[in-house]
Amino acid sequence: MENPAPDLRASDLTLAYDDAPVVSELDLVVPPGRITAIVGANACGKSTLLRALARLLTPRHGAVHLDGRALRSLPTRELAQRLGILPQGPVAPDGLTVLDLVNRGRSPHQTWWRQWSKADQSAVYAALAATDITDLADRPVDELSGGQRQRAWIAMAMAQGTEVLLLDEPTTYLDMAHQIDVLDLVTDLNRREGRTIVMVLHDLNQACRYADHMVAMKSGRIVAEGDPAGVITAATVEDVFDLRCQVTTDPVSGTPLVIPISRHHTAETVPRD
Amino acid sequence: MTAREVPVPRYFRLALPPVSGLLRPRLIAVCLGLTVATFLVVCVSLSVGDFSIGLLDVVKAVAGTGDPGNVLIIRELRMPRVATGLLVGVAFALSGALFQTMTRNPMASPDVIGLTEGSGTAVVAAIMLGWDGGLGLQTLGLLGGLASALLVYALAWRGGTTGYRIILIGIGVSWMCTSATDYLIARGGEFQAQAALGWLVGNLNGRGWDQTVPLAIALAVLVPIALGLGRLMRTLQLGDDVAGGLGTPVQWVRLGLMLAGVGLIAFGTAAAGPIAFVSLMAPQIAQRLAGTAWPPPVTSAVTGGLVVVGSDLVARTLLPGTELPVGIITGVLGAPVLLWLLIRANRAGSGG
Amino acid sequence: MGTSGRAGVRRPALLLAGLTAGLALLCLLSLALGALNVPFGQVVGALAGRRESSVVDNVIWSVRVPRTALGLIAGVALGLSGALMQALTRNPLADPGLLGVTAGGGFGVVIAVGVLGLGTLYGYVWFAFAGALAASVVVYLLGRSGRSGLTPVKLALAGVAVSALLSSLTSAIVLTNTDALNRYRFWSAGSLADQNGATVLAVLPFIAVGTVLAIACAPALNSLALGEDVAAALGRRLGLVRVQGVTAVTLLTGAAVAVIGPIVFLGLVVPHVARALAQWAGLGPDHRWLLPLSALIAPGLLLAADILGRMLDRPIEIQAGVLIAFLGGPFFIAMVRRRRLAEV
Repeated sequence: MENPAPDLRASDLTLAYDDAPVVSELDLVVPPGRITAIVGANACGKSTLLRALARLLTPRHGAVHLDGRALRSLPTRELAQRLGILPQGPVAPDGLTVLDLVNRGRSPHQTWWRQWSKADQSAVYAALAATDITDLADRPVDELSGGQRQRAWIAMAMAQGTEVLLLDEPTTYLDMAHQIDVLDLVTDLNRREGRTIVMVLHDLNQACRYADHMVAMKSGRIVAEGDPAGVITAATVEDVFDLRCQVTTDPVSGTPLVIPISRHHTAETVPRD
Repeated sequence: MTAREVPVPRYFRLALPPVSGLLRPRLIAVCLGLTVATFLVVCVSLSVGDFSIGLLDVVKAVAGTGDPGNVLIIRELRMPRVATGLLVGVAFALSGALFQTMTRNPMASPDVIGLTEGSGTAVVAAIMLGWDGGLGLQTLGLLGGLASALLVYALAWRGGTTGYRIILIGIGVSWMCTSATDYLIARGGEFQAQAALGWLVGNLNGRGWDQTVPLAIALAVLVPIALGLGRLMRTLQLGDDVAGGLGTPVQWVRLGLMLAGVGLIAFGTAAAGPIAFVSLMAPQIAQRLAGTAWPPPVTSAVTGGLVVVGSDLVARTLLPGTELPVGIITGVLGAPVLLWLLIRANRAGSGG
Repeated sequence: MGTSGRAGVRRPALLLAGLTAGLALLCLLSLALGALNVPFGQVVGALAGRRESSVVDNVIWSVRVPRTALGLIAGVALGLSGALMQALTRNPLADPGLLGVTAGGGFGVVIAVGVLGLGTLYGYVWFAFAGALAASVVVYLLGRSGRSGLTPVKLALAGVAVSALLSSLTSAIVLTNTDALNRYRFWSAGSLADQNGATVLAVLPFIAVGTVLAIACAPALNSLALGEDVAAALGRRLGLVRVQGVTAVTLLTGAAVAVIGPIVFLGLVVPHVARALAQWAGLGPDHRWLLPLSALIAPGLLLAADILGRMLDRPIEIQAGVLIAFLGGPFFIAMVRRRRLAEV
């Protein structure tokens, strides 16, 4: 990796698809070498923000900088070698094998005459081993289960060898065991290889457990940011998610645990407002 | 994590120059097999006809020696015809492979989305109105095809294009061109109508070196471009977002692919008319034979050449005394092939 | 009727009244205009049974009335079958020709004239109809074969394959037989001309049956639009709906195309117009409205194109089919550009 402490920041970022802005005047500094989770209600702009950080979306106003250089000015290939993104729900063509998919992750490092260098080979094998899908390498991606498929895509992102990895809802449609599996894997990437991770997560409790740094968004703006214990309070959750809750401590991980207060099944002893 | 056996794909790696890549044995075998088959069909095509000429005499005639009558037939009639057929097949098939990969849709072949209809309208107008502005049918066909492709792209542009929008607008433009063609054919004289329909079905009759040479030059330029884009095209298959994240300049690659694809189909159509089905079925046949997950460009091109030259051979020899247009045979053969693909497919596929 | 409460009854009523009035006006124009322009007074009089000059009577009754009637029923047929086709395949790009009816019809035409030597002007119509029916049955069976049953992709592929096969054979016949060539090329342009009352009456029963079948499908189509699983959960018998729908499309399109030629672009564009109008009237995508609206709009467009074709290039006519594709094309393209269609 080129720079183990990449400086990724967004300044005064305004993003829009048509006329209505989805994200307005947002400033964000991504802490290098840590795991950052972006949370918020549906349509608050978190996926849009992630796409802008990956240069998949051109800002209406403001800019994103990597190590002091504007993303816009970076050559495409160089950017792809330093920053990778795994979008939500990616689709692989029928019949594509896992090995081929992971190898596509190496394309920022390949040229048309050099498509399987020693570096490519070791990166692909390392990614397959780390995601524990080595024995699935010859199978078509579309024949795998949901959890295995997601691991194959993560292996592809891993093989890309970037110091920053952006993940858009990597656990959607997976069952709980596979969700934890994927999140532990992502944590390995951060702890063992020092990669900077930014994830959009929809499960607040998972975000609390796995994130070093939490960003809570509402209507295109950042409402709260910082250590999960500091950000996730009953008041913030109610503001961001419109959900009344109690916040306690997760007995397993020691991180904040959000317990919703619902209309039914609420014990008599719990204060209702 | 216990050490596991790593899967060893077949690869080659040269030390100097630093060239390396993955080998796919089945793909290589299929490609070679198809090349050999094409070569054989070409030989038979040169030999067979109203005058059967033995293979040894064919070789002599190609070299310019031997019986002068044979030399005339081989060099002026059969060689250019077979060469045109081969090159047209390559052009159509490669164009089809590009479009199908780009749109991730096996149904999106260039003759479905309006690229050949523009050529058709231009050529039919020239035939029916009896005037070609001194340009000749081939040039007109080329200009018509390029103009309609440009129109489709311009209309599909809205800060960028998507494969889907190109297909939709292509369908709209192709309907308009087809209706203009129908009108011209209905309105004009019987003799011209027959000539026009004969061109529209896809025809190698009377194709000489005048058709072959421009086509060969165009292919010499476009084929390397198409193959060079092949690597980037493969990331496009994973979706625009993933491809962008992997460092592929998506809009540029798509534009390049479209230009190459359009150029190939326009030149091919200009030379032989819109031969039915080749751009749809050749890449699909190549893909399924080679066992890859995408239409392999080189193998598709070889398949296209084989299909056209083979169909032309059948078209010439099926009915004694008549030369059927090659497009009829590819249409009749292509349909069962397509249906076979349909019935054999286990998965619903990425089309539609 | 669903969400019409929001916009009240006013807008839908206005819409229906407007379309009906427009259609009536177009019928009148179709009777009046042409190589011989007949003043409205005489048109009405001739219709009422008053004997005008023999020329006018002849023109009105022998030529214009059958032509207008043909435009009406063929338009209804194509509009309905287009809306049905798009609902059945859940594909806004589907046109009734997808099932192979146009290629089958063309093949029938050339077989009748080229192979069987049928000389009469109207004999080929039955063969065209038979060809259209046979082709769509084959396409439907092929689309249904294999493990996954009927899927829109397989149906479309089967349609392409069968159409290509038939059109290649058609070309083969047409290039070797000039009678077939001539009949085919006029048929292919798509026109309301040269048909008499007998032909119109002959196809009327098929179109009537098809219309009834189509309208009967409408509630089931609403459920189908929500996806097959939801439709099945709502108690719709999918197999039955599909058979009913495909039969209706085949009858309607086959009959229309046999007589007036392959003007299927109408079936592609009209449902989109109907949907846009329904949205304006606050009706939403309800097939109980979409089908009747398509049935009202399509004949209007067809008659308008026919009238325009008669007026533009006098005394030679431009075929209605050509005009529809030429005018419908830009409209379709504009629609594609305006809407932010998501990737399928």
